[in-house]
Amino acid sequence: MSRAAAATTRWLWRWVVLAAGALAWQGWAEWRHSAFFPPPSAIVAEMYHLWFSGSARHLALTSSAIGNILPSLARVGIALGISIVVGLTAGIAIGRSPVISGYLEPLLHFGRSLPPVALVTVFIVLFKLGDQMEIAFITFGILWPILVNTIDGARTVDPVQVETARVFRLTARQRLIKLIVPAALPKFFAGLRISVSLALVLMVVAELTGSTDGIGYLMNNASSSYQLTALWAGIVLLGILGYVLNAAVLGVEHFVLAWHRGARRLAS
Amino acid sequence: MPGTAALGGWQADATQRERIAVLEITDLSHSYGRGGGTHLAVDGISLKAEKGEIVSIVGASGCGKSTVLRCIAGLQRPTRGTIRVNGAVVDAAVPDGLAVVFQDYSRSLYPWLSVRDNVALPLVRTQASRAQRGRTAEDALQTVGLGDTGHRYPWQLSGGMQQRVAIARAIACEPVLLLMDEPFGSVDAQTREDLEDLVLSLRRDREMTILLVTHDIDESVYTGDRVIVMTGTPGRVSADLAVQLPQPRDQIATKELPAFVNLRAEVGRLVRGQRAAATT
Repeated sequence: MSRAAAATTRWLWRWVVLAAGALAWQGWAEWRHSAFFPPPSAIVAEMYHLWFSGSARHLALTSSAIGNILPSLARVGIALGISIVVGLTAGIAIGRSPVISGYLEPLLHFGRSLPPVALVTVFIVLFKLGDQMEIAFITFGILWPILVNTIDGARTVDPVQVETARVFRLTARQRLIKLIVPAALPKFFAGLRISVSLALVLMVVAELTGSTDGIGYLMNNASSSYQLTALWAGIVLLGILGYVLNAAVLGVEHFVLAWHRGARRLAS
Repeated sequence: MPGTAALGGWQADATQRERIAVLEITDLSHSYGRGGGTHLAVDGISLKAEKGEIVSIVGASGCGKSTVLRCIAGLQRPTRGTIRVNGAVVDAAVPDGLAVVFQDYSRSLYPWLSVRDNVALPLVRTQASRAQRGRTAEDALQTVGLGDTGHRYPWQLSGGMQQRVAIARAIACEPVLLLMDEPFGSVDAQTREDLEDLVLSLRRDREMTILLVTHDIDESVYTGDRVIVMTGTPGRVSADLAVQLPQPRDQIATKELPAFVNLRAEVGRLVRGQRAAATT
């Protein structure tokens, strides 16, 4: 069997397993008529009804989807954007400067060992309820993996590569852009992958506590009014969003770190 | 006085040599560490390299020959003594007009840059135009026999080809002094011979001054105009031998010459710390 054919088979099996799982759930749910575990068909119908039955002008999105899913995604997107910018710049500065890391590292390890969930109240006090608080809260939680990994990546640039830069008298700008940033990128992406999955968790936590819109808000509403199918619709939606976000990061990483995979494959 | 003319001639010759010494090391010592735990790696090294000369430094591992090279490259600061490259004293900074080929090519080339970009990278200081840098890089790659690999990545090439890229990067800068630190230590024997011949052709075509550090006795004699033998801990220069072998050199013909065989044996004895043959 050729490699392409093997890959296709693997891909097919993945969907077969997923479909089999859904079918088993469907059968079990219809047999038991459990109020807590609605069948997947009902969940999908609910998702369609709630969010994707809108007018063509709004890309089939309903007003509930526009009013809740989009704000949630915006919060995650902004928090990720801030974390990437801050994590990369601060990570490289801390990783390359013993002075800065000497001052900041203890503080950093203190900060990253705080569970963000325990700090919700602090963030509410600091930022009041609303978008600012939610974005700050998500950012606080997801900054650490990116920051700590980037620090590590910037700190452990191969000494021969650094000496090469010195001997060939690369400019400060070149050292940063052509050496330190690319050398730190593999670790940065490892951190980013952790942060992306963490971002959705923190988004829901932030929206459960006194938000007026968002996926977490919808789920909170649904569960407090015993609309269990709607709650399940939110759960499945979160799963899909997590999958898509992760796939997007992997796609970017695949493209940006092509050299890394190539070099590593040959080294092994 | 009969000796005066000869003496005068020698002095004139000496001043002329002084003028064109590309590398001049006087009484170089380097010790690692500070305080009580210092380790003297090299002690009282003096040597010179003139324009267009290939000087090979040979010695067993641990004799401090790489330390000497790192001091010249400005990667380490000598504890004592002075180093002049093209007349200018080397202190904390890496001197002008110097290029280095490291042993570990796979770590010295940047895997995220194409071969062409790796070679062009150091040219930013001297050439403003990106297109010009690209052309210079391609020329250098052509010189080392890698004309059509500029678009590839270093890790897509064999070890010998990667070291050629590192050499291309060094010569693209048109250095007055090229330092090579065990450059062919990690390639197979056939490739090694090809690369030795490449070094000889660089000197022939570009009159480049090259300091080659190696532990390979054959290589030091085959490529060198002079062989400097370092021994001991701390490392000291135990011999500075002129290599009188005809140019151009040939991997087979040169190595079967009696002069090559004798010199090789002598260097071998010196490296092992034995007394040179009685004939000298």
